[in-house]
Amino acid sequence: MRTRFEVKNHSLEQFQYGLRLNVAIGLILICFAVLLGRFFYLQIFKYDYFQTLAENNRVSLVPVVPNRGLILDRNGVTLAHNFFVYTLEITPSKAGNVEETVARISQFIEVSAEDRKRFKKLRAQSHSFESVPIRTHLNEVEAAKFAANRYQFPGVEIRSRLFRHYPLGNLGVHMIGYIGRINEADVKVLEKTEDLSNYKGSDHIGKGGIEQYYERQLHGTTGFQQVEIDADGQAVRVLSSTPPIPGDNLVLSIDAKMQDIAEKAFENHRGAMVAINPKNGEILSYVSMPTFDPNLFVDGIDADTWKALNQSLDKPLINRPIRGIYPPGSTFKPFVAMAGLQEGKRLPPFSIGDPGFYTLGGSAHQYRDWKPGGHGQVDIQKAITVSCDTFFYGLALDLGIDKLTSFVSNFGFGKKTGVDLVGEIGGLLPTPDWKMRRWKQKWYPGETVIVGIGQGYTLVTPMQLAQATAVLANNGVAMKPHLVTSVQKHNGAETHMTAIIKSHEMLLEPNNIELVKAGMVGVTQPGGTAGSIGAGSSYNIAAKTGTAQVVGIKQGAKYNAGSIDERHRDHALFIAYAPAEDPKIAVAVIVENGGHGGSTAGPIARKVMDYYLLGKVPSIHLKDPSKTPETPLVGDAPHD
Amino acid sequence: MISQLLDRLNKYIDPFLMGCIAFSCIVGLFVLYSASGGSVDRVLSQVFNICVALIMMWLAANISPHYLERIALPLFVLGLLLLMGVALFGEVSHGARRWLNLGVGRIQPSELMKIAVPMMLAWYFSKREQSLRWMDYAVATFLLALPVGLIMKQPDLGTALIVTVAGFYVLFLAGLSWKILVGGGLSIAVMTPIFWSMLHNYQRKRIEILFDPFQDPLGAGYHTIQASIALGSGGFAGKGWLEGTQSQLDFLPERTTDFIFAVFGEEFGFLGNVLLLILFMLLIGRGLVISSKAQNTFTRLLAGSITLTFFTYVFVNMGMVSGVLPVVGVPLPFLSYGGTSLVTILLGFGILMSIHNHKTLMSTS
Repeated sequence: MRTRFEVKNHSLEQFQYGLRLNVAIGLILICFAVLLGRFFYLQIFKYDYFQTLAENNRVSLVPVVPNRGLILDRNGVTLAHNFFVYTLEITPSKAGNVEETVARISQFIEVSAEDRKRFKKLRAQSHSFESVPIRTHLNEVEAAKFAANRYQFPGVEIRSRLFRHYPLGNLGVHMIGYIGRINEADVKVLEKTEDLSNYKGSDHIGKGGIEQYYERQLHGTTGFQQVEIDADGQAVRVLSSTPPIPGDNLVLSIDAKMQDIAEKAFENHRGAMVAINPKNGEILSYVSMPTFDPNLFVDGIDADTWKALNQSLDKPLINRPIRGIYPPGSTFKPFVAMAGLQEGKRLPPFSIGDPGFYTLGGSAHQYRDWKPGGHGQVDIQKAITVSCDTFFYGLALDLGIDKLTSFVSNFGFGKKTGVDLVGEIGGLLPTPDWKMRRWKQKWYPGETVIVGIGQGYTLVTPMQLAQATAVLANNGVAMKPHLVTSVQKHNGAETHMTAIIKSHEMLLEPNNIELVKAGMVGVTQPGGTAGSIGAGSSYNIAAKTGTAQVVGIKQGAKYNAGSIDERHRDHALFIAYAPAEDPKIAVAVIVENGGHGGSTAGPIARKVMDYYLLGKVPSIHLKDPSKTPETPLVGDAPHD
Repeated sequence: MISQLLDRLNKYIDPFLMGCIAFSCIVGLFVLYSASGGSVDRVLSQVFNICVALIMMWLAANISPHYLERIALPLFVLGLLLLMGVALFGEVSHGARRWLNLGVGRIQPSELMKIAVPMMLAWYFSKREQSLRWMDYAVATFLLALPVGLIMKQPDLGTALIVTVAGFYVLFLAGLSWKILVGGGLSIAVMTPIFWSMLHNYQRKRIEILFDPFQDPLGAGYHTIQASIALGSGGFAGKGWLEGTQSQLDFLPERTTDFIFAVFGEEFGFLGNVLLLILFMLLIGRGLVISSKAQNTFTRLLAGSITLTFFTYVFVNMGMVSGVLPVVGVPLPFLSYGGTSLVTILLGFGILMSIHNHKTLMSTS
């Protein structure tokens, strides 16, 4: 072991020290070389990488959501527009304990149980870095109160969001639709159509109705801002920006006032009504009853309200005109009559003596006429006017099911009308082929017989029925039905009119058209099945009543409306066009469980036609639909 | 008259060191202005710190090394007493007990030990130089361990590290046997787990994150990652003064103090870093020259230790900012905002100047 080292002289000591110093210098140089190497690595070798990271730190691409296009009625009355609304939003990833934050917020600003429920639901659907509204529609006092205490709430901020608002509330909800929060299914659709990038920053998307069908036009093009942000994510300045292009405004063929009259005419009944201008296919009224308030969906509907709507026996969420299917009943008869005439089967002076029932050869089964004892001597015109079942039983059998269905399909039955709404279904025109495919059973002649009066398997939507009526009124020329008449670019510079398209033309013998139309005019005159509907009218109405059985009636039994449950009563149907000589409006009305068509459905059609043709407003109190039904929201500025 | 006065004032000031220090301080003020987001108050406050530190340096330069030798022991004892005072009556801030309130003001005794420890050890070895035994190294190690232990307890890892190396450099330069150095290195390796268990959690975390800062990019690794991004995105020539996005937009934490080098590196790039390294190497080189020319053991060891300690500041700070060393609180000389460390560093340079310029005086005596 070394116990001592003696320093003999000064130079040796200096030599020793110099050695140590050189070692130190060596170490220093090594260390500085390490630093230099590190600087080279970071600043030269990996420069691009770190440059990108720094840019990503600094620059944030912020989507600028375009204003959604407005929806207007034919007179410019606003059906859907946008409001700026203050919302209070929490970004869970920044807020720490979210429950505790909500509890503290509620000391400053009222947070209802519904708000909490909605927040919980929305939070479960979104990422923790996305901000979720805890309160919407803050008034200015609330906004100011929170702003003053904002420092206490990291991750909570007031935002100004564009909210969709439907000023007329329930009016025409099935036609207009509504917007709701984008869900996973919507994302999948957007991915498929490659529109997802245009929805960065968008929370809402059209659900149902015009809002959904014209989503592309209404949404607009999302703009982007390159924003320089600091470490807190606060925008410091805008580096560059591409402004959004607002969505297009849509003008509908609907008249809000007429729509209101039509909806009120239903009173408390369930049902549907479609009115079409037969000359150009413009839809004039589109009613589905009962209705609901689309504004409920904009904020995110709360679970209880949703459950109530969804489970209601009245099924308010069903878009009846395009998704409700009903047997057409006797409203089918004019079209069958046209088939018979065109096929040369029942040309005048052909007539039958109606005993009040019809039997097939070799069968005892009686196909009853609605009128016990029958209508006496009946030709084709009278058959329509009095709705003689016996006449049409025989005609249907005579035509044969294939010929019958293929002919009436020219009026649009059994297929979609192509109206500009999402979810339309095509109804059903039965054929032996269809029955074999569907039920693996052969077709019986008796089934052909009842198709003649619009019963059996035949199913139509109110939209189809209205369109068929319009085609008949227009002498066999089918115009494509549509709700949107023009699409306006946001600045109003450019308006794109919806093309009036002749989708189909039937070659009908003018004499045959005359006969069927005369039969339908007779319906609203004394002696017709809806004589009361034409009473006191200054214009001639061509119409047909109908009744569709909901529950089958046993042979020999008698239908008694009073004795059966309301929901098992027959559906009342009514089709009409007017003025009969120069049709301007064609209407189809269905009142569910309304009994006889003439008495419940007919008056609705009459009110709508009176308003459309004469400007007559029913005497019952009407609110002015051009006025917003609610008081304007505090702190909101009407926007675009 | 005036030139005579200037001569008297500058008698003991080393012009080379002074030039480098002045230049470094000016660079430091510009970087601080940028790092503080253009705060003139911050810059003026640092100007005040620099003035105080320069006065301390001038005073130290004018004190004869003989006097330093005489006060080495009392200063060390005073420092130890103050450290014990801190342990007993110290004020706690940010979870560490570092400050002692003396009624007239708060002082940080650990800072004093950065000078007092090398002075004490240099004095000890100069007294024992005729009969150095291994026992002397043991005693010296004990003298070093005492203050370091107290500082670690505060806890102040950065200062403890600086005091340790300051003392160690004296031992090393005094000729501590290579066997002991290697043996010591081995025993440190053995002691590491024990040392590890003594560390605070935040200190452990800092070391863990050193090896993989991306383990915790938003937490403990955030400092290192953001500093690396700042440096790396500076590229060859830098983004330009006041143009560093990482610093100007608050992405860099502690950017006026321990991490100010990241601001410098982002705005002046690789080129700036190399020039800064050269500047520091000039200071270190001058210090080592002074040390090698020193005329007795005390001054030689003290000058060597002060210079190597200054190097340690630079290396540890740049190393931690650029991500090759763990984050320990060691400021970058002349650039980091703060008066205490600046006073200590310039005091050291004052002593270097004193050692250099009192040579003739000493050799004749």
